[in-house]
Amino acid sequence: MELTTVWFALIAILWIGYFVLEGFDFGVGMLLPILPKDEKERRVLYNTIGPTWDGNEVWVLVAGGATFAAFPEWYATLFSGFYLALLLILVALIVRNLAFDYRGKRDDPTWRSRWDMAAIFGSYVPALLWGVAFANIVAGVPIDEHKEFTGNLFTLLNPYGLLGGLVTLSLFLTHGAMFLALKTDGDIRHRARSLAVRLGLVAAVIAVVFIVWTLAKYDWEIMPLLFFAVAAVALLAAIGMAARGSEGWAFIGTAVTIACAVAGLFWALFPAVMPSSTDPAFSLMASHDPAVGVSAAATQYTLKVMTWVAVVFTPIVLIYQAWTYWIFRKRISTHHIPDPVGDTVQA
Amino acid sequence: MDVLDIARWQFGIVTVYHFLFVPLTIGLTALIAILETMWVRTNKPEYLRLTKFFGRLFLINFAIGVATGIVQEFQFGMNWSDYSRFVGDIFGAPLAVEGLLAFFLESTFLGLWIFGWDKLPRALHATTIWLVHLGTLASSWFILAANSWMQHPVGYTYNPDSGRAELTDFWAVMFNKVQLVTFPHVVMAAYMTAGAFVLGIGAYLYVRKDKEHDRPLYLKAIRFGAAVSLIGGLGVAITGDVQGKIMTEVQPMKMAAAEALYDTEQPASFSIFTIGTPDGQTEKFAIKVPRLLSFLATGDWNGKVEGINQLREKYIEKYGQDPGATYYSAGDYVPVIPVTYWSFRFMIGLGVLVAAGAALILWLTRRGRAPTSPWFGRFGILMPIAAVFASSWGWLFTEMGRQPWVVFGLMTTEHGVSPRVPAYEVWTSVTVFTLLYGVLAVVEVGLLAKYVKRGADPFEEPPDVPLGGSDDDAPLSFAY
Repeated sequence: MELTTVWFALIAILWIGYFVLEGFDFGVGMLLPILPKDEKERRVLYNTIGPTWDGNEVWVLVAGGATFAAFPEWYATLFSGFYLALLLILVALIVRNLAFDYRGKRDDPTWRSRWDMAAIFGSYVPALLWGVAFANIVAGVPIDEHKEFTGNLFTLLNPYGLLGGLVTLSLFLTHGAMFLALKTDGDIRHRARSLAVRLGLVAAVIAVVFIVWTLAKYDWEIMPLLFFAVAAVALLAAIGMAARGSEGWAFIGTAVTIACAVAGLFWALFPAVMPSSTDPAFSLMASHDPAVGVSAAATQYTLKVMTWVAVVFTPIVLIYQAWTYWIFRKRISTHHIPDPVGDTVQA
Repeated sequence: MDVLDIARWQFGIVTVYHFLFVPLTIGLTALIAILETMWVRTNKPEYLRLTKFFGRLFLINFAIGVATGIVQEFQFGMNWSDYSRFVGDIFGAPLAVEGLLAFFLESTFLGLWIFGWDKLPRALHATTIWLVHLGTLASSWFILAANSWMQHPVGYTYNPDSGRAELTDFWAVMFNKVQLVTFPHVVMAAYMTAGAFVLGIGAYLYVRKDKEHDRPLYLKAIRFGAAVSLIGGLGVAITGDVQGKIMTEVQPMKMAAAEALYDTEQPASFSIFTIGTPDGQTEKFAIKVPRLLSFLATGDWNGKVEGINQLREKYIEKYGQDPGATYYSAGDYVPVIPVTYWSFRFMIGLGVLVAAGAALILWLTRRGRAPTSPWFGRFGILMPIAAVFASSWGWLFTEMGRQPWVVFGLMTTEHGVSPRVPAYEVWTSVTVFTLLYGVLAVVEVGLLAKYVKRGADPFEEPPDVPLGGSDDDAPLSFAY
């Protein structure tokens, strides 16, 4: 297999890891104004992801760095082109990070509610905009012969892109609710589970509309469709499992849904990394072969070095991240939240 | 201002701001790891109290360092897309490796450290903060290797067909001679800064009347911090000296710009202070140390140091007429001299003040007491601030001294900017980041002040738990 293909696949895996893991973090953040009934329950939500959200976020940083290293032209065109959308995502991630770390540092309701707003804004915005970005990437955006994006923010905010955003938003909401049903205990656990079922049904409807629109729009190959079919089945199975009370399987179901949906998108994209809607000849490709088109890839040597690094270190990272989840596997309920908040927290 | 200027201001603002928090992150993880290890080994309560106290201050600082670091991963593509296309083959690799090796390590094990007091046995808990420190060192290594390549490109070839620089030797990039001296310089500065922080906060609390009962505790912090700060300061001086000589060899214009040396001198004197005309080209008044620049630049008190005018001629001859590369441009090849001249002096001056302050405080506290005047506390608080700004000036010097190049000898900064990003977008982002970072600075300083004033909490024996925590249904030891 070509190393360009290997790196295309690795970057797809990094995004899958990011959306599966940070997807439920976003979901938990988005559920803050919906699920908790009081301050204690809000803190239960924050603490379910407390030890692990930062590690989950690193997946996107590594995806960004890997794109820079393996496909510099993709990195350059994508981030300079989607400039304002990315700026919004960055601001959202910054305030969301600080909301987690700073919210409990003062025992003051105004302080806490401001950071709540930051966490909510910081979860909804990326959950929507990542979907908008990926729907546009796969659909193709105006790229000229100099590999430059020629549109603006409003080029991306087209109906198809926005629907893609709603797909990720509703999937992450469902995934977050499934996670909370699995990670909490007591009254909030049951409410999270029944909310997950309702949100899952909404997500399923939006996803079906998106898939039908996609089918009408393009002549798709069989493999991406297969991925989307598995994603749809997994979502329905997850809803069924949640309704039956099997929270572990339900959470695995939404994780599989997100993983297969992202895998399908990347499969549909390949061998392009950024198709041009201006002229297919201007599309950026994951290949060194001039017959395929304009190469976005780094040299063979760089890809080889990076492959060695990835082969050696990725398993280690996966092992210690999994170990962390095992250490913090206990369910959290309101009686685990120390009292009073803020000024007496340890460490 | 055109897009290039705004983009440069943006890079300067977000990067200098991010680096205000980085030295403390690198250095404090080491100091906290040492304190916690001492507690595990000796069981003395003061070590745990200091671990938890400085741990909390560290987390307030770390949060904002991580949050502002996210921008760093993406902004090369946003504002510097032509730079990214040109160097991605070489520059992207260390960034990706940094993420995989360092960021995962830091974030995962810091999560374990913060929330793991009731989940991990003591020795393992202390190990997690050591691993976080290892992550910060790995992160420094890779990002400085990337930066060192911009100062002194090695291990690459220029491909005229693709118009890109291409990697030919990864190890040459990893062990670039600029990198080998820059890494210890930056890490030593981080230890100096973190030592100054522990010393300064210790001094501030030592002189407070309401903390009188805890004076032995804070004296320990003062002496521990001062010792680390002094060792770090000496390390910074030694590595800085070597760095000056390598800089003279690989970027002679930067050395000439550091001294505002317009014409070649042998021996060359170093000016502590100069008043010149506003364009920086004519000198009105100066205090000079004879032969010092010769020694700093060449290691020989009688060495010859080339001047800006002679170097400019050389550079124009060398870079101005190269036909092969579209990214080359003929230009003036001279950085903004007042900026390089003063940033070099502020960096050294503040660094020397911190190291000397640390030495003075070690001497003052040699008999097991420290001064109790409020001035001692105020002086203490100034120490970490001076250390942090020394680092900022150092970065301003080394990056401004490289101009007009973004990659020395290969690509000028004006050719690196994103060609299709309109000015309003860059204006939007520089405005948004400046306002956001301004607000965050106020929030951060407020929180630090609050938790510094509170001082160390009373000792509380943490439960000695098996791996994974005990089975009881007790509240979390730490919760958001």
